[in-house]
Amino acid sequence: MNAFDTGGPAEAGHDAALDFDDVIVDDVSRHFGRRRALSRISFTVARGEIVGLLGPNGAGKSTMLSLLATLMRPTSGRIRFGALDVETAGERAPRLRGRIGVLGHDLFLYPELSARENLAFFAGLYNIRDANRAALAALQRAGLADRADDQVGSFSRGMRQRVALERALIHDPRLALLDEPFTGLDDASAAALVERLKVLRDSGAIIVVATHDLDLAEGLLDRAVFLRDGRVAHTAARPEALRSTYRAVMGKGGA
Amino acid sequence: MLHAIWLIVRKDLTVEVRSREIAYTTLFFAVSCVLQFAFALVKEGKPPEDGAAGILWIAIAFSGTLALGRTFERERQSETLRALLLAPTARPAVYLGKLLGIVSLLVLTELILTPLVSFLFQAPLLVHPIWLFAVVISGTIGFSAVGTLFAAMLVRARSRDVLLPVLLYPITVPVMIAGVRGTAALLQPEVDLGIVRFWVALLLSFDVVFITLALWTFEPLMTD
Repeated sequence: MNAFDTGGPAEAGHDAALDFDDVIVDDVSRHFGRRRALSRISFTVARGEIVGLLGPNGAGKSTMLSLLATLMRPTSGRIRFGALDVETAGERAPRLRGRIGVLGHDLFLYPELSARENLAFFAGLYNIRDANRAALAALQRAGLADRADDQVGSFSRGMRQRVALERALIHDPRLALLDEPFTGLDDASAAALVERLKVLRDSGAIIVVATHDLDLAEGLLDRAVFLRDGRVAHTAARPEALRSTYRAVMGKGGA
Repeated sequence: MLHAIWLIVRKDLTVEVRSREIAYTTLFFAVSCVLQFAFALVKEGKPPEDGAAGILWIAIAFSGTLALGRTFERERQSETLRALLLAPTARPAVYLGKLLGIVSLLVLTELILTPLVSFLFQAPLLVHPIWLFAVVISGTIGFSAVGTLFAAMLVRARSRDVLLPVLLYPITVPVMIAGVRGTAALLQPEVDLGIVRFWVALLLSFDVVFITLALWTFEPLMTD
């Protein structure tokens, strides 16, 4: 038995009462002191959609993801998860967080723990009944079942990225927020991730991806939101020729 | 919430058993601190009168600050503190889990530190072990309650190593005074347990106040 498999409480991480069909970002701004990280951002993401946040470094993509993850509050504007406004969620906020999965640029993994222990720990936090079994199943999906008991600190960046992705999705979230999910992945792993995201989308998840990797995002996104200097510079539904659009929107240079 | 607290404590202790980083550095620092006081203050085999209580609490405060910094540095490196804050549990559970982990590590250090101080300063610290335990544990909880909140709050601050003691020590002065006086009361030739009881009660009331304030402020402090 894994050290982090306690059986957990009776309920699973899902809460039908807190489910939502869309996420509405309504005129959201976020300031850090006098610096405006985001200014009057609005967009909506519905179930079964993958939306890409595209933009150069410092455009506000990660800040937007932190706001969507409820790790930050907007300076002004509102973010609604279906009918639920996070500002007024009160005691329902923890259950709302239980429907959100986040893959950060930093991987949210403990290097001293094995891959299985990491996943079982987070599965336990998300009230998954059999945390150890969920961890093993996630490692199978990541193609790392044979390294389940190795410490994450001994993994390559790509392997850690795969474990981190499984950590973010282990509780089958309604909203998946992925910050640079292709970082460190080889071609085969990146292609597998693209397929995984498409399956998630087809199962009704809401997916927001912040990425620089326009080649991998090509054909994956249902909508692209181009951010520049903390503002929405352009949005495109079913975007094609992402790189040329990106260059046109951002002016000279590009990704 | 209790389940989440338990998972966090167990995770912290498992990580520490694997790395032994905090236990070794904290213990090494605390023992070095006590030895230096012993070399400086024990003259011809005679320790300073009532010095042991102060030296014990200086060692606890300094090694506690080190443990607090290292514990949250660990959560900072892969931003795992953010992952804990994203969990579907009341955020104060994260605070309580981290607090219990730090108190456990400090108690481990104190188990070695207290007999060492008793031996080097010829102090009868272990004559009333239950009362000594009550003073030390209640003081450790009070110190760690404030320290855990500040260390979590400062986790992304650039000068966190400087700011932590600057913020922590002034606020924990009452805990330190009560801890030193309670321990000193146990070192008297004829121990007045009424006085010891008073200091323990005072320490416990500090614990209640500090933990309540920390639970109240943790979520808003960590959200922004």
